[in-house]
Amino acid sequence: MSEFDQMYREVILDHYKNPRGHGELEGADAHAEGQNPLCGDEVSIFVVFGEDGDTIDEVKFSGRGCAISQAATSMLTEMVKGRTATEVGVLDKEELLEEIGIPLTPVRLKCAMLGLTTLKVALHRAKGTPLPDGLAGFDELELS
Amino acid sequence: MAVTAQTKLNAEKLRADFPIFDQEIRGKRLAYLDSAVSSHKPRQVLDKLRTFYETQYANVHRGVYTLSEVATAEYEGAREKVARLVNAPEPRELIFTHGATESINLVAYAWGLDNLGPGDVVLVTELEHHSNFVPWQYIAKRTGATFKAIPLDEHGELKLDSLEELARGGNIKVVANNLVSNALGTINPVERLTAWAHEQGAIMVVDAAQAAPHHEIDVQQLDCDFLAFSSHKMCGPTSVGALWGRAELLESMAPFNLGGHMIRSVKLEETTWGQLPYKFEAGTQPIAEAVGFGAAVDYVTDVGIAAIEEHERELLVYALERLADVPGFIGYGPPPERRAGIISFNIEGIHPHDVAQVLDMEGVAIRAGHHCCQPLMSKLGVAATNRASFYLYTIPDEIDRLVEGLHKTHKLLGQ
Repeated sequence: MSEFDQMYREVILDHYKNPRGHGELEGADAHAEGQNPLCGDEVSIFVVFGEDGDTIDEVKFSGRGCAISQAATSMLTEMVKGRTATEVGVLDKEELLEEIGIPLTPVRLKCAMLGLTTLKVALHRAKGTPLPDGLAGFDELELS
Repeated sequence: MAVTAQTKLNAEKLRADFPIFDQEIRGKRLAYLDSAVSSHKPRQVLDKLRTFYETQYANVHRGVYTLSEVATAEYEGAREKVARLVNAPEPRELIFTHGATESINLVAYAWGLDNLGPGDVVLVTELEHHSNFVPWQYIAKRTGATFKAIPLDEHGELKLDSLEELARGGNIKVVANNLVSNALGTINPVERLTAWAHEQGAIMVVDAAQAAPHHEIDVQQLDCDFLAFSSHKMCGPTSVGALWGRAELLESMAPFNLGGHMIRSVKLEETTWGQLPYKFEAGTQPIAEAVGFGAAVDYVTDVGIAAIEEHERELLVYALERLADVPGFIGYGPPPERRAGIISFNIEGIHPHDVAQVLDMEGVAIRAGHHCCQPLMSKLGVAATNRASFYLYTIPDEIDRLVEGLHKTHKLLGQ
């Protein structure tokens, strides 16, 4: 398979063109917005917890961005639904990268991580879970 | 500036001067359409750097020994070449800096801090690169002056009919504009703007970083007060650039960087400043880079700046014609006659990062992003655009490969 086909493999294109969990949740329990000024990506993440106040019942995202960021965030919503905030707060980024399953250059890695970073910030705000790695002194992603 | 008849340039032939094109990238010949951000370097410049370091190098203006004199002559010779390029009345008005950004910061700090205050207006445009926008916004804030921007019309051209309204907002003291927009290629009416600025009693600061490599510049004809440009966009080394300024203004200004070499005498009580241009060249300068800049000026003037501009205009017309057939193509910028060799565009529904990535797989290098022009991007209502830009070594085949790559991008990622 050529490098080209790897990067835009079918599953990436499928998530990009038919994103899962796309939309917004009114009255979400957790919410954050992230931007990557490098390429203009923006993502908003909304989370609703189940009755135990910890399990992620619903998660949605909205925003604009490149195929990699949109597909990665779409995959992320599938990955974290049904897990607890405590678990997702410390989710290893390698797990998401494995799911994405394509070689990423350092620049594109930032695109791929935008959704996860923003989700972790949302959970941190709502539940006090740890901030994502390296967020202290972050200069590439701006989180509002 | 003397107008000489230029012969048409042969880009295929000139390309052989640029070693970067000898290699393959991702198994393909390099199609380099990102010269607006930085140009490649010809052998003539690379050879000069090597010769200079190997046989002529020493620190300048300091030694009494022969080698230092040779190096100084090379460095000052480069200053004369760069000064001649923009038809500066005197070489001492040409300050070597680390690039156009530092040149503009020099003016913003050294002139702005002492000459701006409440009630004054610093006027930029919505088309500026951040380098001619952020320093002015910052210095205006520091001094209590008002910061305003001349708006753009839908083609990315300045709305000069807004000037009178803007002038009512206070005492216009600085007008800062790029001669050519790096994001859209717009060639701005700097001569007209300068005349208006002077009527207001303002100084005119021209960012020529994008113009100097492609467009003949005559500071005496423009009648501006300061002009900033960089070496690396015009076949020269990085980390060196120039500021041309009127001698009387430069002489009246406080220094910018302070330290060695820029002084007349240093005493415990007081230090006095050296003559132009040294007053603004503190510390050891990028000496070899400046010499390389001089070699780059020789190279582009041998090719002919007018011939470069004409070559790029032909490529622009050809590219716009071919790009019109790409599904979803949205172009930005003025018509070719008022535009340099830059095409800013989007493919409907596809993020520029994806476009640039797919093109990279085809060996085609373009830029995707905000091009350091976020105010312009928000005016256009986009986060980013793709940008293809040309130079003297650009050939039609590279444009064909761009167009083919865009068709492929649309097929793959189009909705």
